[in-house]
Amino acid sequence: MIRLEKRPQPSRAWSIATPLVAVLATMIAGGLLFAILGKDPVEAIRTIFWEPLFGEFAFYYRPQLLIKGAPLVLIAIGLSLGFRAGIWNIGAEGQYIMGALFGAGMGLAFYPLEAWYIFPLMVIAGAFGGWLWAMIPALLKVRFGTNEILVSLMLVYVAEQFLASMSLGLLKNPEGFGFPGSRNLQQYESAHNADLIAGSGMHWGVVAALIAVIFAYVLLNRHMLGYQIRLTGEAPRAARFAGVRPARLILFCLGASGMLAGLAGMFEVSGPSGQVSIDFNVGYGFTAIIVAFLGRLHPVGILLAGGLMALTYIGGDIAQSNMGLPSAAIQVFQGMLLFFLLAFDLLTNFRLRLGKPEVA
Amino acid sequence: MKLTKLLTGAAMALGLATSAMAEDKTKVGFVYVGPVGDGGWTYEHDQGRKAVVAEFGDKVETVYVENVAEGPDAERVITQMALQGADLIFTTSFGYMDPTINVAKKFPNVKFEHATGYKRADNVSTYSARFYEGRAVQGTIAGHMTKSNIVGYIGSYPIPEVIRGINSAYLHAKKVNPDVTFKIVWAFTWFDPAKEADAAKVLIEQGADVILQHTDSTAPQAAAQAAGNVITFGQASDMAEYGPLPRVSSIIDNWAPYYIARTKAVMDGTWTSVDTWDGIGPGMVGIGEISDAVPAEVKAEALALKDAIANGSYHPFTGPINKQDGSAWLADGEIADDGTLAGMNFFVEGIEGDIPQ
Repeated sequence: MIRLEKRPQPSRAWSIATPLVAVLATMIAGGLLFAILGKDPVEAIRTIFWEPLFGEFAFYYRPQLLIKGAPLVLIAIGLSLGFRAGIWNIGAEGQYIMGALFGAGMGLAFYPLEAWYIFPLMVIAGAFGGWLWAMIPALLKVRFGTNEILVSLMLVYVAEQFLASMSLGLLKNPEGFGFPGSRNLQQYESAHNADLIAGSGMHWGVVAALIAVIFAYVLLNRHMLGYQIRLTGEAPRAARFAGVRPARLILFCLGASGMLAGLAGMFEVSGPSGQVSIDFNVGYGFTAIIVAFLGRLHPVGILLAGGLMALTYIGGDIAQSNMGLPSAAIQVFQGMLLFFLLAFDLLTNFRLRLGKPEVA
Repeated sequence: MKLTKLLTGAAMALGLATSAMAEDKTKVGFVYVGPVGDGGWTYEHDQGRKAVVAEFGDKVETVYVENVAEGPDAERVITQMALQGADLIFTTSFGYMDPTINVAKKFPNVKFEHATGYKRADNVSTYSARFYEGRAVQGTIAGHMTKSNIVGYIGSYPIPEVIRGINSAYLHAKKVNPDVTFKIVWAFTWFDPAKEADAAKVLIEQGADVILQHTDSTAPQAAAQAAGNVITFGQASDMAEYGPLPRVSSIIDNWAPYYIARTKAVMDGTWTSVDTWDGIGPGMVGIGEISDAVPAEVKAEALALKDAIANGSYHPFTGPINKQDGSAWLADGEIADDGTLAGMNFFVEGIEGDIPQ
């Protein structure tokens, strides 16, 4: 008989090891899946994990990793603050959209004026848009005790309607022959979030993501507020005795995560994407939830997890065109990652025992 | 700036070297917005790809990536194909327009073909199909077949392409049945079976007994089948599995002849940037078999209209036609110009409701 026994204390070793074990298990199970599809599993795994980093065209894919990973890390850092305190912002996708709309709207309002202050204003507007959208579930929770999971998630769909409306109406490119979508901000110099060094993939969003990682680390380890966040998540009763005010914490955590998601949207729309269009959002806000957990809600872990997710996306697309793997198989592969992570997570708090239960 | 140029230059040299090594095999890439199994838009593009393989056999190598999101992901996938030595790349969604142009600038020796867009370059062609011609045939059948005089229309996005289809279907339904009205639901998606099924159900509840769709899944067909007494038309692909009822006919995208011709042009070195907008005549738009559920005289009328469009003796947008607000658009006998059609952003007179803004 195998049974589970609760550990007296969560295992530190396992909490670090589970992501690695999960990645390994994903490779094995994914390899099996690819083999069943009639593809060489070793070649497929190599294409996904090796090709973007060290393959023939790595000079192009490495910068792409930054472009793909930056919004994931930026959003996941914000989410992790709330998740640690048991405040569940599931609607980062909506905040990402609103950040992009506010940011792009601010930029386009100045078109065609060229001035240095346009981009900073867009950054502020983007952060404000995301923050504002997150304040709705925050205030409703503080004031009426509503469930922030539901409210923030539902607001994603509201934001998507705003996005469609803006692409078809207010922000539509007047020179676009009636097609939906805004002007391309890549062609508007003052509003363009260009690579800081051309071709490096290093745009302001990447810089912001790195700064966010450092800030989150300092906040959680060196600051009273970070201590309160951790305490609330780990021991809510103790937190109350210690004088933590839940309302303030909810406003801070949701506000901060909304702001970072908004920034991610703004940097994306003004840089790599360039355009407000109906299908602008591609699920970064949801994928970031996986990234946050894959990174153990730890800033450095999130940075690594964001890189890993970006790698599977880029490598997955390469595997599709080089090996003819269907995209659904790649998506299953990515899904396995979270599945195995959650499964092996059990080992952090429980240990497997063989044999009959001992009489206590 | 210099460094990137150098790198892309090196990459291009590499790409050329690899393609030269592969014994002049022409490599053709396809970027798809949906899954190849969507049964509609992407499925038909992939049929076109297969036709290229069937036509040229060992002389071509095709690659594709499906489910590519519009935006930076598309730009990356297109670049990836160009880096890996593709000679010709078809990007098959409107949202790939700016990414295609961006990549084309970096790879002047690779040819690009963008579907449904309006931006061209020396190495970027655009192509699209005159689906509105098929809609005219569809509208004729719909006008005859409806008993409730309510035709339901599932629109995807309110873009010129879709608006043109609604106008064409409406004008021709109205021509054979002056009492017909259109109810339009906007799904804001190209492919989402759940949403499409909901839209179809709503329209059926409102009394529609004909459902036209500009979305790609077969979900509306299934919803109509479940409701009974409702007819539908296949969209993008034949959807023959839903015939003879509810599916009575279809508009089929047939990209194969174009894809074969363009691949041949690259092989022969005769490829130039063009803007192609073909309809029933050249075979880019096909009308699926009209089922026996349609009375013979209606079928004959629909086929006669199809032939008239194919041989150029009739244009679906021939005046007199007024705009929705009653202002004149086309005078008696006047034919719409392609520019106005391409950017069509208004309903014709008689259609109720507004185009979402």
